[in-house]
Amino acid sequence: MPQALEGSQAIARAVALCRPQVVAAYPITPQTHIVENIAKLVADGALECEYVSVESEHSAASVVLGAAAAGARAYTASASQGILLMGEVLYNIAGLRIPLVLTCANRALSAPLSIWNDQQDSMAVRDAGWIQLYCAGNQEAVDTTIQAFRITQETELPVMVCVDGFTLTHTLEPIELPSQEDVDRFLPPFRFARALDPAQPLSLGTLVSPDWFTEARHSQHGALLAAAANIEAADADWAALTGRAWGGLLEVDGPAAARIGILTLGSISGTLQDARAAWPDLPPVRLLRLRAFRPFPAAALRAACEGLETLVVLERALSPGGGGIVTAELCAALYGLDAAPAVRGFAVGLGGRDVPLETYRRAVAAALAPEGGEFAVLDVDLDKLPEADRYPEAGPCAAPPVDSESSR
Amino acid sequence: MIEVRIHGRGGQGNVAAAYLLAGAAIGEGWHALAFPAFGAERRGAPVAAFARMDRRVFRRRDQVARPHFLIVQDVALLHVPGVLDGLRPGGGLLINAPREPDATALPERHYTVAATQLARTHLGRPVPNTALLAVFLTLTGLLPLDALRRALAGRFHGAVLEANTRLIEAAAATAPSGAWAMEKADAAGA
Amino acid sequence: MCGAAGRFGVFAMNESGNGTQPGGVDLDALRRRQPRFQGLDGGHRACLGCAQALAARLVLEAAGPDVAVANATGCLEVFTTPWPESAWRVPWLHSLFENAGAVASGMETAFKAQGRAVKVLAFAGDGGTFDIGFQSLSGMIERHHDVLYVCYDNEAYMNTGVQRSSSTPHAAATTTSPAGRERLGKRHLKKDILSIVAAHHMPYAATASVAYPSDLRKKVRRAVAVEGPTFLLIHSPCPLGWGHDGAKSIEVARLAIETGLVPLIELERGELIGAMPIREARPVTDYLKAQARFRHLFVDTPQAHRELEHLQALADHNIEIYGLRGTGPDPRDTASADTVRRGGARWA
Repeated sequence: MPQALEGSQAIARAVALCRPQVVAAYPITPQTHIVENIAKLVADGALECEYVSVESEHSAASVVLGAAAAGARAYTASASQGILLMGEVLYNIAGLRIPLVLTCANRALSAPLSIWNDQQDSMAVRDAGWIQLYCAGNQEAVDTTIQAFRITQETELPVMVCVDGFTLTHTLEPIELPSQEDVDRFLPPFRFARALDPAQPLSLGTLVSPDWFTEARHSQHGALLAAAANIEAADADWAALTGRAWGGLLEVDGPAAARIGILTLGSISGTLQDARAAWPDLPPVRLLRLRAFRPFPAAALRAACEGLETLVVLERALSPGGGGIVTAELCAALYGLDAAPAVRGFAVGLGGRDVPLETYRRAVAAALAPEGGEFAVLDVDLDKLPEADRYPEAGPCAAPPVDSESSR
Repeated sequence: MIEVRIHGRGGQGNVAAAYLLAGAAIGEGWHALAFPAFGAERRGAPVAAFARMDRRVFRRRDQVARPHFLIVQDVALLHVPGVLDGLRPGGGLLINAPREPDATALPERHYTVAATQLARTHLGRPVPNTALLAVFLTLTGLLPLDALRRALAGRFHGAVLEANTRLIEAAAATAPSGAWAMEKADAAGA
Repeated sequence: MCGAAGRFGVFAMNESGNGTQPGGVDLDALRRRQPRFQGLDGGHRACLGCAQALAARLVLEAAGPDVAVANATGCLEVFTTPWPESAWRVPWLHSLFENAGAVASGMETAFKAQGRAVKVLAFAGDGGTFDIGFQSLSGMIERHHDVLYVCYDNEAYMNTGVQRSSSTPHAAATTTSPAGRERLGKRHLKKDILSIVAAHHMPYAATASVAYPSDLRKKVRRAVAVEGPTFLLIHSPCPLGWGHDGAKSIEVARLAIETGLVPLIELERGELIGAMPIREARPVTDYLKAQARFRHLFVDTPQAHRELEHLQALADHNIEIYGLRGTGPDPRDTASADTVRRGGARWA
């Protein structure tokens, strides 16, 4: 029987089931409920763990870095500006190959100030060397959090579990919390081979000259790529234990006959699924959801594009002056592929703008439009802008929603 | 699928009301989601929260734009632009007010209950959400009242829970049972 | 370095030539017999006369092997760990410039969570302590982590080539506070980090100097014994940045103490509990003249005279508020036998 839990509370409970020894965090909306719940579990004696209330996100990341290096299972969570303030430490943790887990409650970046959801924050640190897993719902957030603790200790790569702020963190929904026995069976006790120990003194974080830096980066890149197998294995093993699987690296949902695909990440994928069911008379659509953004599952994406003529990308961030971040990476992955689909990239749902069912019809329309291809912001309302700021070359998508008899 | 939008003021337990409603539904085996209209509002500011519930699993996470029901925790909010927007034809509006408000511009199906007064009587605090939910469930018959009580038991214990239970009963007694009952097809519809 | 100290003539054992004190204890023999833990090995890449390298060795000698070090970015990190070599015989972690306090907090918390008795030491320079790492240090102390934080204070950003820090003394020239026609070096005062640290309800905070190694070791032992945050600020000359011969590091360090510009004091919960006495304070010009960073003050201009007077006044102020004027013999390097104990008298 599932429990009615707020996303943040469910994530906190999942973290507790993983028996962390050190949690350090600095509060930031919309991450707060997660760490408040963990602090309460510690205060109630329900979780035996050192909870360190630090004075900044920079220190939150530094504390868990030091804690994991000293041999403890460690966890932190943040969002938005907090992720950016951590940025330097995030790169450092990854380069040191320190295993730990961070929940990113995805939120827009300032300015202008927005406390609402998009994914600009985790995208801003995509090159930090962290595994990045994006969750579509809170049950997946629970399961992925537990998987993340196993993946991090198997790979000695830090894992960022990305959950859409508010849309997931502040939503109450039915959650199956796994039993402690199942989690213990799935997740062995924490062990870090290079842990700081006076009996075996190691020096971590040394100065590396040009003679060695290239080799260090090479092995880090290779380790990230190789982690794909650990991510898939964790998802498969978890499914064997609980019956729930989340697609490993890439969730593919839709008919093989589909000629149109929509690629997205995070919580809007569910809205697209329900929208597809709501408009059955539209052309068939294959929905792809990137669960792992790092490592980037290029091979899985190429395979998933089989038979597609057009692939629409809906992403929750953009690189101003460049275009789509996921779109660009997708195009790189498809480059040179025989019969690669045409790619139409859009940013959508920035700074908490609601992504309604209607978005699906607009995406299908964009796929059917005879021309296009330039990255654009799908849901921008140009009427709000002065003439000089409308930039027709930046979109929006010219195609109106396709006609359909049924309406939602 | 049933969609509900709850309007109130910061500090009135608006999100709590949505969580209670969805939690009650989940306890009855429904699939339900509740979430705030995410904001940074402080106490007293107009706020909204959503509940979406269905007998079948759904995945959408967009905001509720076309609710079947509106619950308004403060009658003064009826004059705030947007509060009545999107209510489906035939949908119901439940208002917390000490007396029936001026009915012009209100939808045909509306019902008023002095929920703050009821809460003051039974809880000693002017928190209208539980009473409103009890009346809502009585009018619609969507869930048994006991589901609401069980959801409250997840938050409160002892004397507070008992007072809330009495409040549920008292509030439910003021409303015509099943007056807003939906067609079965509606309730189950996607 | 011993030679420099001996030539300067303050070591009783060196002056007497046989290492014997009036009491008849053969200190040389005693020291040979005492096994000393060497946590920082030789062969590292520090400059000639680097006082920070010496200070770190002394700290680990006193702290012993059951420690783990969080090291901020800086000279110490760079010269000790050119991959694939390391001079450290203790577990050692370098993360970043400004987070030694936080990394040490995490290490200490992890050891506590695992029930392991490992004392955590944080090492940072003045830049990583007074400036960029100040917030993380403050957080570490406020949360009462059981960490000895050691700041090796060479009074500028030496690792990047001698730029001004908030620890740089007034009127010292650095590459970003140069002396010129309009300016005579740094215009601002050295930050009083010890008082700021002490204001955190700090169990123990002290200053030390590489010129007084026994005093330094004693303070480390004392700090390590405290369960909670402790802070040691070690005045450590940098021959390159200060502009003196590498052989004169100890001499210069000693002059800083003997002029009163750098008071050697101990604070418990903000109360002054000990100070190294100065019998006859030397004029600050003795210290300043020994370093090129103050060379611009020794010209015959009204501004230069004013600055020298100002610096003398700063030294006099230290002597006054910390009560440094001692009546006993000159302080010797004899495990601080001469350290004045005041039992918590209020300072200033």
